[in-house]
Amino acid sequence: MNDSLVNSRHSNSRLAFFHIDTPLLLGLLALVSYGLLVLYSASGQSERMVEAQIIRLGVAFAVMIGMAQISPLTIRRWSLPLFIVGTLLLVAVLMFGHIGKGAQRWLDLGFIKFQPSEIMKLAVPMAIAWFIASHNLPPKKRHLTVGFLMCVIPTLLIAKQPDLGTAILIAAAGIFVLFLAGMSWKLITFIVALVSAFAPVLWLFGMHDYQRRRVLTFLNPESDPLGSGYHIIQSKIAIGSGGVHGKGWLQGTQSQLEFLPERHTDFIFSVLSKEFGLVGVLFLLAIYLFIIGRGLLIATRAQDNYGKLVAGSFTLTFFVYVFVNIGMVSGLLPVVGVPLPLVSFGGTSMVTMMAAFGIIMSVSTHKRSMAQT
Amino acid sequence: MLRKRVAMQDVEAESRLFSQRALVAMLLVMLAFGVIIINMYHLQVKSYQVYQTRSEGNRIKVVPLAPNRGMITDRNGILLAENRPVFSLELVPEQVENMTETLAELAQLIEIPDELQQSFLRDVRQQRRFNSIALKEQLNDEEVAIISVNLHRFPGVTVEARLSRHYPFGNLFTHALGYIGRINTNDLKRLEESDQLANYAATRDIGKIGLERYYETELHGTMGYQEVEVNNRGRLIRVLRSVPAQSGKNIQLNLDVGLQLTAQQLLEGKRGAIVAMDPRDGAVMAFYSNPSYDPNLFVHGISSTNYNALLNSPDRPLINRVTQGVYPPASTIKPHLALLGLETNTITPSTRIWDPGFFQLPGVEHRYRDWKRWGHGWVDVYSAIIESCDTFFYDMGVKLGIDRISDYMNRLGFGEKTGIDILEESNTNMPSRGWKRARHNQPWFHGDTVAVSIGQGYWTSTPIQLMTTTAALLNNGMLPIPHMAKTLTNDAGTEQVSTELQPTVNVVNPRNWQVIRDAMEQTVSTQKGTAFNAFRGASYSSGGKTGTAQLVKIAQDAKYDANALDERLRDNAMYVGYAPAENPSIIIAVTVENIGGGGSTAAPIARQMLDYYFSAGVNNDE
Repeated sequence: MNDSLVNSRHSNSRLAFFHIDTPLLLGLLALVSYGLLVLYSASGQSERMVEAQIIRLGVAFAVMIGMAQISPLTIRRWSLPLFIVGTLLLVAVLMFGHIGKGAQRWLDLGFIKFQPSEIMKLAVPMAIAWFIASHNLPPKKRHLTVGFLMCVIPTLLIAKQPDLGTAILIAAAGIFVLFLAGMSWKLITFIVALVSAFAPVLWLFGMHDYQRRRVLTFLNPESDPLGSGYHIIQSKIAIGSGGVHGKGWLQGTQSQLEFLPERHTDFIFSVLSKEFGLVGVLFLLAIYLFIIGRGLLIATRAQDNYGKLVAGSFTLTFFVYVFVNIGMVSGLLPVVGVPLPLVSFGGTSMVTMMAAFGIIMSVSTHKRSMAQT
Repeated sequence: MLRKRVAMQDVEAESRLFSQRALVAMLLVMLAFGVIIINMYHLQVKSYQVYQTRSEGNRIKVVPLAPNRGMITDRNGILLAENRPVFSLELVPEQVENMTETLAELAQLIEIPDELQQSFLRDVRQQRRFNSIALKEQLNDEEVAIISVNLHRFPGVTVEARLSRHYPFGNLFTHALGYIGRINTNDLKRLEESDQLANYAATRDIGKIGLERYYETELHGTMGYQEVEVNNRGRLIRVLRSVPAQSGKNIQLNLDVGLQLTAQQLLEGKRGAIVAMDPRDGAVMAFYSNPSYDPNLFVHGISSTNYNALLNSPDRPLINRVTQGVYPPASTIKPHLALLGLETNTITPSTRIWDPGFFQLPGVEHRYRDWKRWGHGWVDVYSAIIESCDTFFYDMGVKLGIDRISDYMNRLGFGEKTGIDILEESNTNMPSRGWKRARHNQPWFHGDTVAVSIGQGYWTSTPIQLMTTTAALLNNGMLPIPHMAKTLTNDAGTEQVSTELQPTVNVVNPRNWQVIRDAMEQTVSTQKGTAFNAFRGASYSSGGKTGTAQLVKIAQDAKYDANALDERLRDNAMYVGYAPAENPSIIIAVTVENIGGGGSTAAPIARQMLDYYFSAGVNNDE
């Protein structure tokens, strides 16, 4: 087959020895550097915050490189156990979890507090890919049903915490696997229709008051200018006043970004838009598009179906992060707590994301060993 | 497994399918990015002017203003909870040029313990750089003066005046008033659920327990705000518009400082509770639980040493004994049971039984002893209440049966919360067959009924419940709902707290009320009465019932010897009394833990409370 072709392309790269995909690495580095630049400004020129972010990035990149060394075969073997452990931990969180900021997401193990939902961001698509890939593609109806259940159960457990943002991301990651595996268009249309019909039911019975408020505010932010609509209005003002060329680096915060809450975390895109304008936004989108494109390319070139599905799903989930965050701060989507990947200040989700990229790199560079399956 | 292998895997077709799907995905991604770009073009190019203008306008900042918390006074207008200005030394990290130097220089001017400096630096690291962070709170006048004079040397340093809650009577009203403290995660959650969060934007403290918690919404008031123009460093230029905050309501209580002080003196060195109210409307005039503690400790955050001392004290000062002290009601419920006996014709006012000093269930060897070892002789319902004869009630209780007792006492208010205006009220238990089945998975025994007949066994009550249920006997079955607050007042006017009574039991023969009330009066007025000695020579008429709750089971034929028992296992003394005997204006419940007999200990305390009540004319205003 075309193994030799793919392999020859890789043997040229010096980094290939460390199982690193050079274009992807360069894309990520460009993104991270750009992000640090914006963070310095958004944090009110806090060197301490930038330092903390660099340390976190260091850890995240180390995790990525570490994951890249593991053969996809091994990763594939871990998929199901990881999924089972993760699901049990989610149940544990609901039962004994630590309450932070009004939601129950953390599990306190004494020495460390962590969010099992982070594990599930990887485990859900991995386990579904493992299951679907162990049968022929396109998947049969009963395989799809099992795949759906593997996706829906953890999603509901997380939505119950309540953590709507993460629940959406995990649901998306699972659905992407099924979509990429070749679920029929007919079924896709049917599900889209079903979900739109189900939305009013969810609204009435499945949502917390604050979640409902967020959606209402999204539909009409001006209705609550002192409450939660404030975020969206301030963010849109910041973005709009950036214009084509922006106010210039470090020029945004001093004037009025003080009015923007969470400006170094979820709303960092507003700072970027204000200081670097439309030009800066297009540059950021270009980097994201490059990373997504590279990820999908690696997925199509992957040796086996498991690798294809996992790499594809991770890449598309990464896209969902970008889209939901930018959509939220620019008023296209309701406010859900999703960071701008690798740019927002913050820890756990960054490490998870880089672990995902590590797995993508592993899929792209461990070709030979895969051939033996 | 076999079937799976039969279907040959078409690797190439699968690969083609995946590539197709990946391509579709990529197109969708590009479409989504297109939407983002169109939106950005809209915001940043087409509407640039609009947002640019609004961005300038953004220099107008909305500053929330905290409302003043309502004050709390006693029935005569004496302040029990007030707001005092306190000064704190605060720094805005963004505006401080050299933090270590500034701290060192400030520490030379006034005393700043190392501990405070460390916690301040921790706060600085955790909070936004433009937030004002307190270095030292509760500055004294001298410190305020020293800092103020030197303020020009320290950019970013300010002395802030804030109102802080103060309870001038210290530990006298703690269990009634409760206290306020910093808003924590749980409070935030509660505020969010009740949609009150926005109203607390400028508020730092919230009622944690007691009246402060119960009337939080009323005491807090409504937030105001100021629209101010600020320069690009966040400094205030001028105030554009101001919507003043609406102060919380002032609350006048029915409590009386004098009665409280008397109660505190009487319980000095003891563990117990005193609660008194007007039986006609439920106005609580005294509410004291001993030992108490200083609520002011909690307002600025209690130190862990102090808190642990309170928490681990064997006297358990944090327990509100009036509403959370769950005790067996003992003999204090004999009038209630007598009413049921009369109503069901189980006894009549002239029914007599012979008391040899014990009671035996038919065919059982076990002797249920009377407190009087040699017996009371012939007793009727009057002498059974006056002398607190156990045997009479053992006999009547068994004849009534648990079902009738449980149902009737339930309706009189036992096993239910009284609904007093604080949330710290414990559940009490009025046992029944169903309850025992559910709780202990055991059937109900006659022996259980015997114990219940004298208010022991599974039956538990709180001092406040004993008081309200006895008040229902004085009101011909109308149960008062106790309330400490009398009026809530703000600019809009004064509103009265509801004084409605709640109907309980329907009495077939109204003469029965008089029987039990006469018996309670004679408990005080006749020589054989258990409260006679305590009330000898009182200037007013009164009625009441003593109770001595046994905490340990005494072996058959053994004698109760208080001295031989560990102090904390000794009997609880109780007294529920009211005065004047006709048309009573006060009812009082006294409970003292581990001290002995109700007649010898609790009744004299009630006597002194009532003496004060009448001599000071506490309830004469209406």
